[in-house]
Amino acid sequence: MKITIQRASEQVFEIPDAKYTVLEALRYIKINMDRTLTFNQGCRSGVCGSCACTVDGKEVLACKTFLQDNQKIEPLKNVEVIKDLVVSKDKIGQNIQKYKTTVIQNSQKMATLQDVKKIDVQSNCILCQSCYSSCPVFAVNKEFAGPYILSRVFRYANDIKESNQKEHIDSVQTNGVWDCTLCGNCTLVCPEHLDPKSDIQSLRNMSAVHGYMDPNFANMSFGGDMDFTGNQSGFGFNPNF
Amino acid sequence: MYDVLIIGSGVAGLSAAIEAKQNGANVLVVSKTAITACGSSQAQGGINFAIDSEDEVELHMKDTLKSSQGLGKKEHIEKLCKLSLDSLSWLDNMGVVFSKLEDGNFAQRRLGGSSKKRACYASDYTGLKIVHTLYDKAVSSGVEFLSEYMLLNMIVEDRCCYGATLLDIKTTTVKEILAKSTVLATGGYSGLFEGFTTNSYAVTGDGIAAAFRAGARLTNMEFVQFHPTALKEKNILLSESARAEGGYLLDAKGERFVDELQSRDVVARAVFEKLKEGDVYLDVRHLGSHKINELLPQEVAIASNFASIDITKEPIPINPAAHYSMGGIKIDEECKTNIKNLFACGECADALVHGANRLGGNSLLEGVVFGRIAGEISVKESHKNNSTISSQTKQFLSDSVFINGVFGFSNQIDFYEKRNFMGKIFYKNIGLFRTDLNMKAVLSQIRQWQKEFSFMGISDKGRVYNTNLVEFIEFGNMLELSEIVVVSAISRCESRGSHFRIDYPQSHESFEKISVASRVEGILAVDFGDVK
Repeated sequence: MKITIQRASEQVFEIPDAKYTVLEALRYIKINMDRTLTFNQGCRSGVCGSCACTVDGKEVLACKTFLQDNQKIEPLKNVEVIKDLVVSKDKIGQNIQKYKTTVIQNSQKMATLQDVKKIDVQSNCILCQSCYSSCPVFAVNKEFAGPYILSRVFRYANDIKESNQKEHIDSVQTNGVWDCTLCGNCTLVCPEHLDPKSDIQSLRNMSAVHGYMDPNFANMSFGGDMDFTGNQSGFGFNPNF
Repeated sequence: MYDVLIIGSGVAGLSAAIEAKQNGANVLVVSKTAITACGSSQAQGGINFAIDSEDEVELHMKDTLKSSQGLGKKEHIEKLCKLSLDSLSWLDNMGVVFSKLEDGNFAQRRLGGSSKKRACYASDYTGLKIVHTLYDKAVSSGVEFLSEYMLLNMIVEDRCCYGATLLDIKTTTVKEILAKSTVLATGGYSGLFEGFTTNSYAVTGDGIAAAFRAGARLTNMEFVQFHPTALKEKNILLSESARAEGGYLLDAKGERFVDELQSRDVVARAVFEKLKEGDVYLDVRHLGSHKINELLPQEVAIASNFASIDITKEPIPINPAAHYSMGGIKIDEECKTNIKNLFACGECADALVHGANRLGGNSLLEGVVFGRIAGEISVKESHKNNSTISSQTKQFLSDSVFINGVFGFSNQIDFYEKRNFMGKIFYKNIGLFRTDLNMKAVLSQIRQWQKEFSFMGISDKGRVYNTNLVEFIEFGNMLELSEIVVVSAISRCESRGSHFRIDYPQSHESFEKISVASRVEGILAVDFGDVK
């Protein structure tokens, strides 16, 4: 079977017919055909996030995706490619630091079963960056916080252990929740079945509770002098009104 | 110069980092892979906490001691169990999402070898959730991180450690990082069983090998735990939680053949024997799809993704696979090695708490408890440490020469082939059943490869993210450790825990001792010492 790999330039490899995962095929090529082929690998079981790449344009974990004939493997998009399928992970730590995704002030409350369920899936993120790769917002805004970090912010903002929800919400107002187009690509590609789109919507609701409004809305001009709320300043919705 | 340099970023390394930072040190964590791509992330089933009643600590100690089969050190086990409750609140306060019961208490399950339900869990992503929460906390606390830096050697002069030399994988340059205290938390050596292990490809024992080269002692290296249930041929871990929740092991005829919740060594050997008669299955169908989806989501996903099996409807074919290394760098109860200012914690260390067989749910606990101790003590010791060393150390210079030299190695012999072969002969001969004759054959093969090492080499001569080079250096470490594992196993002429000798099927009181490997004038020596 044929497999095309996007390296410095496109390269086609012909490998024996078999049932491979993408990662097994990459390993086959590296060990038997081309030792310079470079990719990351780790747990083989879909929890370390090392082997994310795209297959025919769709983000996947190579270890848990079966290869079909004539598919094309490329590195993730929206992240710096270091070599072949290896991309930079440097942004992850920077993002965690910038958005302070941790319990900032402990509420000393005990979580119930329901509290745990609210953030159970969100805390399964493996930081594989697939969602970043799928996100169209980066094409217009390189400073966008992006899906995984917003899900992570939501996970802590929504944690019963956190008594300083406001600081989390404050941190995602610029280049954050309002920049998302809610296209849902991130939700479709997440290998751990997180739903960043809905987390971002939840963060918007929380933002409203904390007195923020959608700046896109606020800046929108409808040519008239009045908006629905009776304010003169634009099409704004003030939840505290 | 850093106060504390931590090598490895799993549960042990991150716990050490947070603790060291909170004790006022400037801390750097380095990792060969991405920070959270560690072995701990793969731990699924649970983490033991003695929370239930007053006598629970005693019981936990008793179970751990029993499972260790005489090779666990009582004082260390006591520390592990007594500090477990404090570790739980430490993790809980940090925001680890542990599963709860309807009444708000922590959900617990019984893992093999335990006398009662003791393992807290976070669905079956326990390790993953702990690692990511610790990482978040560490970054926010100001711990510095360098990922994709591979440990080469410890910088040790006059039996005192001053940091480490590392390969910056992105640029293929050798760096030296100097520190007052250095903590190894680099994981185990199940990677020696490549192709027959549940562990990541990255688990090649780099830290243990580097420590040994620097003069550290290694103990109990012959003890490798096999997990009874890995997905057949793929060797992906199917958590013990499946059996803890009531899953059965079935033979080819569909009959149960072993008490599923005995300790892992016993169950793994029973499965291995049964495999001679045909496939062996893990069956959870009788638990009902609601319970399965609720409690075992990762097992559902693994069976479906990797074997196209719906575990609510079909049994899962399994085989045992190398899972955890009990042996490692000898440490005392303060995580000190026999080299000044060098500490170790987690799977790379042997804290003498697991002995001959680790109790399920104790590995994450050990990582947290001893990781935190390593963090605290390494800071304390760094204050006492006034010795200095100038940069461009001897180790740095020789490692730079070596790495450049590898690019000139002749590469007449293919190391990938040998690495693959090592996995096979290890699984067959150093696995669940061992004999003197077979192990000696493996040993001579390893020694042959050691001689041939400089005739191996790399064909990728690139200087950017050269994984061919990384895997070659890993193989060097594997050659070093495989010899130690085999010699330790040959020396222990008895059966105990995970170490089962067909030629010595009984345990002997005279071997109720720990094996200690060291290098004496260039020669590998394995002695036996008292557990006490």
